[in-house]
Amino acid sequence: MEKAELDAAFSELYRAHLRDVYSYAYYRVGNHHDAEDLTEQTFLQAYRHFERAVAESDGRPLRPWLIRIAHNLAANLYRDRSRKPQTTIDDSDMLPTIHTTEDLVEGRDELARILEGVKELPDDRREALIMRFALGMDNREIARALGRTDGATKVLLHRAIKQLEEIVATHQAG
Amino acid sequence: MSDAFSGDFEGLLRRALTPVDPPDDLAARMESTLAELTELAQGELEGWELTSMRDPRNWVRPVVAAAVGTTAGAALVVLRVRQQHRRRAAKATDPIDLAQRTLRAVADETRRIVDR
Repeated sequence: MEKAELDAAFSELYRAHLRDVYSYAYYRVGNHHDAEDLTEQTFLQAYRHFERAVAESDGRPLRPWLIRIAHNLAANLYRDRSRKPQTTIDDSDMLPTIHTTEDLVEGRDELARILEGVKELPDDRREALIMRFALGMDNREIARALGRTDGATKVLLHRAIKQLEEIVATHQAG
Repeated sequence: MSDAFSGDFEGLLRRALTPVDPPDDLAARMESTLAELTELAQGELEGWELTSMRDPRNWVRPVVAAAVGTTAGAALVVLRVRQQHRRRAAKATDPIDLAQRTLRAVADETRRIVDR
């Protein structure tokens, strides 16, 4: 593939998935500042390795590859800082900006409890839920992004939802 | 918990994890960064068969326009950052270094405009 073709293909990828990458980054790192950095770095890395990724994709969608880059960069970010973010998912800041008025009136407490529960999940379960529910990825895409089999991913999602339900129920009872 | 509740719960989870739109200034920064990379690519391609690859920058603007639109402020940032391209390119050690220098320049320009 020639350079101009690659650039055009990359532009399509960028246009189609900027929001996906940003959403993943935001829910992964928990604040807009780091999410922006992570998004930029993800697309830089993607641009750098795009030709090889296209060659190896065999026509499959590249979204899992993009999210995997973001996933690895986020892991590096945490490792470099040697700590979790001070605010993983800041309910008080996030809910007013990304939820509709209707949501806020009808279910703010419920949604806040769920987001709080998501924070308590192990990293792999939290990531699987972000990919499924924030990005709308199917099992196969999530499996590719996380480097797991389809079967293992299905189990991971099932357990993540179950554990989150239990966390939320515990908080409600408490 | 029951399967019936799981269905409802998944609906709530979907509402809780609403997709988040990227800020406009992020798209402006991305545009500049990608423009730098494609400008570099264009330079590298000089002397090659240019008929089909004469304008590798063309793909950047439609992308941003389609993705988020460009505010006047963002356009100003892009303009100023592009004006400084040669100086950054001379200092950069490789394309990624240049892109990172561009990111920093855009952030600085954005702050200047916001602070005015």
